Amino acid sequence: MEGVSPDLEYGKKQEARARELGMMSEQLKGRSMETFFEPAEDENYTYAFAKDVDFNKRTEVDADGMTTTEVNRSIRELMDEGYGTIVIKNPRGMHSLGVGILNRLNLIIDGSTGYFSTGLIDGPNVRINGRVGWSCGENMMAGTVMIEKNAGSTFGAAIRGGDLVCKGHVGSRTGIDQKGGTIIVGGDTGALTGFMMQRGRMIICGNAGKNLGDSMYDGTIFIGGEIRSLGVDAIEAELTDLDRSWLNRKLRQYGLLPEKGVDHFTKIIAGKQLWNYDNLEPNEKKLIL
Amino acid sequence: MCGIAGLIHRGKSSNVGAEMTAMLRALKHRGPDSTGFAVYGEPSEGDYVMRIKAAEQEDMDKGHGIHGQIAQRVEEIEACLAEHGAEIKAKENATEYALRYIISHDGDTEDMARHIEEIEGVEILSLGNGLELIKDLGDADVVSEQYGLGEFSGTHGIGHTRMATESDVDIRSAHPYWAFPYNDVSVVHNGQITNYWIMRREMERRGHRFMSNCDSELLAVYTAHNLANGVSLEESLKRSIEEIDGVFTYLVATKDQLGMAKDTMAAKPLVLYESDDLIVLASEEVAIRAILPQEIDTYDPYDEEVRVWKA
Repeated sequence: MEGVSPDLEYGKKQEARARELGMMSEQLKGRSMETFFEPAEDENYTYAFAKDVDFNKRTEVDADGMTTTEVNRSIRELMDEGYGTIVIKNPRGMHSLGVGILNRLNLIIDGSTGYFSTGLIDGPNVRINGRVGWSCGENMMAGTVMIEKNAGSTFGAAIRGGDLVCKGHVGSRTGIDQKGGTIIVGGDTGALTGFMMQRGRMIICGNAGKNLGDSMYDGTIFIGGEIRSLGVDAIEAELTDLDRSWLNRKLRQYGLLPEKGVDHFTKIIAGKQLWNYDNLEPNEKKLIL
Repeated sequence: MCGIAGLIHRGKSSNVGAEMTAMLRALKHRGPDSTGFAVYGEPSEGDYVMRIKAAEQEDMDKGHGIHGQIAQRVEEIEACLAEHGAEIKAKENATEYALRYIISHDGDTEDMARHIEEIEGVEILSLGNGLELIKDLGDADVVSEQYGLGEFSGTHGIGHTRMATESDVDIRSAHPYWAFPYNDVSVVHNGQITNYWIMRREMERRGHRFMSNCDSELLAVYTAHNLANGVSLEESLKRSIEEIDGVFTYLVATKDQLGMAKDTMAAKPLVLYESDDLIVLASEEVAIRAILPQEIDTYDPYDEEVRVWKA
């Protein structure tokens, strides 16, 4: 390939791989083509107010008797002091723990939490040694969240990036409105998983409830167990070698790789039969009609 | 948004009153309008506990005449009990407008209950061998203290913190609902029932009474209707998922059972903890942790899930 720079060639190859993985399959036109998130830019993006923390500096916070606000404030204060590893003890089902952390941080929650745990985060690595309630990791942008036990409904609602992992079972509407990132579930998932999913990927090692992938626009769901029923416009697609290698790597990374491998996984994508976009705003439509 | 909670001890009694109070205290943010408890003590055959209200809490501020009216209603209640051959063994005033009777009766309690409710302003909150149903405006601590629930020992119970959406803030619309006239059966519900009026008309045609406009009352009447026709609790819960529309998660307690049902959309939360000797259910984990602070395994029941546990 004379005349083509090695960088460009590499870039094309990467793009082809990404398309094959279903990561860039949007075929939107007109206004919808506007790019909101540029992966290359996101990689290098840091907040101006990011705190300089040292992962080797470790401390514990006992949440017993504290309010959610007090615990979340103490996390910020400890990050200001440079603590990079923070352990929260005795959360006892507290809601909204660890929300809105826009920083690198090792956060370990030693117990179970309530609703909206680690929502709106951008960057931290979180481990929760218990169960989480509804809407865990909602709207997260980057980082990893690992849950050792079960999770409630709307797990990873509208996530845009990062890895959200639950080793147990999750409730209904998992990954509703997912816009990026990866959701990994070691066990079963409930009804309407991947409802209105737009981008990103989801791996369910167990069974799925009814209406899997209902009204999904795009994105990919890999499922290892039984599917009770597929949702509207969700179809089965062929598992490629690239999918297998990606599944292998991702599941091994979190210790969830099944003994029988990943060949039995089913790939679900959007049929795109319901796509009916136009490029006109309602007031523009009125002018024409 | 309302909060529901329930627990059942297997094979032993415990301080259910204090446990339910702690759980509903933790769920206060889900509904501060009213709080209710249905707790079950050791059933005593032949003796019935009757919880009754002779006025609404808000009536107490409306004028001087209400105290006289309540006294007159109480007289009528007692005359009615005597007429049906019921002997009053104990009587106490939980509040100015709510009374608790222990009666011995060997006839038809349904007929008696219907007769008592003909008295204007009177509603039987519960009737049963083991059931004690209390509900009033205010949070868990207020209601629990007002009715002296802290000391109550029993095997199981359900409770509710209400955020009024469909009907008024009054005791009439507060949960739990007793499944009139079916002894010892109570229901708490979180959600909205969308075919309420259709189902209510159907139930009314079959002779069932409704005291409020709260959609949750339908579940109590529906359960009572099924149980009266020999349907098991589990079967009734399963049928409700088919026959009742809307989003709902509800708990039903009987003399020795606790059941749950979740609708087809699984849109209302419920967390379940299950061990050999204790089952605890609540809208949120934080309520379960209020009585079990140690690390435990819990999970969310799925859509259309029905479970029944025995004490």
